[in-house]
Amino acid sequence: MKNLTIPEEELMLPGHTACLGCGATLAMRYALKALGKNTIVTIPACCWAVIPGVYPARTLEVPLLYTAFEVTGAAISGIKNALEATGNDDINVLGFAGDGGTADIGIQSLSGAVERGENVFYIMYDNEAYMNTGVQRSSSTPKGAWTTTTQVGKVRDWKKEKKKNMVEIMVAHNIPYAATASIAFPEDLIKKLEKGKNIKGPKFYHIYATCPTGWRISPSKTVEIARLAVESKVFPLYEVDHGVYNITYMPKKNVSVKEYMLPQGRFRHLTEDEIKEIQSEVDKDWNLLLEKEKWTQSLNKVQ
Amino acid sequence: MKKMLTGNYASAYGAKVSKVKVVSAYPITPQTTIVEKIAEFIANGEFDGKYIRVESEHSAMASCIAAENTGVRTFTATSSHGLALMHEMLHWASGARLPIVMSVVNRSLGPPWSIWSDQQDTISQRDTGWMQIYTENNQEVLDSIIMAYRIAENEIVMLPAMVIEDAFILSHTMEPVDIPDQADVDEFLPDYNPKFKLDVSEPMGFGSLIMPEGPFMEFKYKGHESMNNALKIIDETDILFKKKFGRSYGGTVETYKLDNAKYALVMMGSTASTGKEVVDKMRDEGYEVGLLRIRSFRPFPKDKLRNYLSNMKSIGVFDRSYTFGYGGAVFSEVRNTMYGKNIPIKGYIGGLGGRDVTMNLIEKIFLDVVNMSEKGQDKDYEWVGLNGDKRWSQ
Repeated sequence: MKNLTIPEEELMLPGHTACLGCGATLAMRYALKALGKNTIVTIPACCWAVIPGVYPARTLEVPLLYTAFEVTGAAISGIKNALEATGNDDINVLGFAGDGGTADIGIQSLSGAVERGENVFYIMYDNEAYMNTGVQRSSSTPKGAWTTTTQVGKVRDWKKEKKKNMVEIMVAHNIPYAATASIAFPEDLIKKLEKGKNIKGPKFYHIYATCPTGWRISPSKTVEIARLAVESKVFPLYEVDHGVYNITYMPKKNVSVKEYMLPQGRFRHLTEDEIKEIQSEVDKDWNLLLEKEKWTQSLNKVQ
Repeated sequence: MKKMLTGNYASAYGAKVSKVKVVSAYPITPQTTIVEKIAEFIANGEFDGKYIRVESEHSAMASCIAAENTGVRTFTATSSHGLALMHEMLHWASGARLPIVMSVVNRSLGPPWSIWSDQQDTISQRDTGWMQIYTENNQEVLDSIIMAYRIAENEIVMLPAMVIEDAFILSHTMEPVDIPDQADVDEFLPDYNPKFKLDVSEPMGFGSLIMPEGPFMEFKYKGHESMNNALKIIDETDILFKKKFGRSYGGTVETYKLDNAKYALVMMGSTASTGKEVVDKMRDEGYEVGLLRIRSFRPFPKDKLRNYLSNMKSIGVFDRSYTFGYGGAVFSEVRNTMYGKNIPIKGYIGGLGGRDVTMNLIEKIFLDVVNMSEKGQDKDYEWVGLNGDKRWSQ
């Protein structure tokens, strides 16, 4: 029998208030399984500001500080420094923010915290738009997507810009550890967080978190779509450990971008040609990632 | 130990002797020498705390909030646009009932750019739920920071406090300042030990969602009650401070030659010290004038004001800030407080963007107040010291 690698302890209780099929709940559940009880979490404005429940209910079994939208990087810095000032250096401090709170309004305080080398965990759970306010475009919304602020309408005003690459932005900060992870690959996700416990300094995780409500899919397809995102190379699983790239899951099936997009209502307006264009961009990014892996690993060997 | 200190160095020493555990700050003129002095303490191993060099004032306040929520005493300092940028988090700090203490160096808000003193920055934060203590000299800056921690951390207060000093007039001007002995401060200000904090051995949530049926409104009402409690605690703390250190500032309000006065001028900040000089001069000339300095603008000492001002024949209020379309904030509060007393009260707005508030100007204001009781009040309020206005020339 194969050993189970996912810890059994649940630090996220049932009874949360998320939508059916919410991927972000899985992201939190797995993250806490990996980090354990000895963790303080801070959450800014985002879906997860609501998911723990209305006062006095709380679905998390760890200390939780709610903060304003743009301050996750500053909040984890404050908690960590206060702990260090009182000799409690061994407690994990986790900032858990959405894509808008990370890639848009919160990027400044995140950049500050990472540049200062704060010894903290930062998770961006990415549902690819402002979902808590009702599906508005963020800089992490993928090219091609409909949102309530990038509507298709008569002139086809869907999002034309590519998704912001937060891992690359973190790498540019010389961050000790940055990784992508997916709710469809919990073993990989947990392994990466556990690895982070042994790395001093900031750790950044970009976690793909399906949003059935905003993506116009059935809540039963949450994990399936997340799996297709990885298999189609739309969302590759990799880590950058002290500058060295490592692809942690090599897609096994030959899944096209079209197969990934087809079940999702948010992409239904795209023409064959438009999907082809996105496919070629995905291919290019994947090849670039392969080259980065090869190159940085070769540099590492030279050293 | 006496040292020659600027207001800003007095502020930094105030934080040091208060044994702050986390300082998080971002530089802005004219606050910068506070954060530089703290960096010097840290570099020399004289300060047992962590110093977060954040990337903005917004993050300074956010990280102080998070650190204070983790159960430690925090400090930051800012000014003007920095304070304005913090606005969102100022509400958060008071809403979360965190007794953070912050030095604010009063500076005008642009445009046009001006780095000089007026009180527009702090007055604009009136409704954020912070206590606001306005100081008049550098000794008061240092002493007020120590007192502010003791007041803010009192369990019937638990609200943040700003200790406010005027740009350059205090922040960059040296005066002899007594730095209290650490042992005395330790006795006066015990370690901060909050009842609730982020603690892995006792997990709690802070700041979660609340529906309209409650208890959001009840939380806010408790904050309001606590701010009112602070009136008493500020006055009591001033008395205790005098017992320990021999210095007193009057708590929420300081009066100067007001006992037998018939005409009063209400001021805040260092202009009050110029005002006191004018009172002395005019007293020599036979005018029955006195001065009331509001130290605590929030909480607002309404009972004390009614007590001190009810026997005046007329009252002037000097505002070093403005609100487009009406009189100054201090004027409005004082007139509301004195409602029903039928005393003429007039507001004077001046000293903006660092314009000098001279003895000559204050004397003209006093004379206007004196005349007002006999000749009647001409205006509710007016701007004084504008270029080209001969009536109110400096």
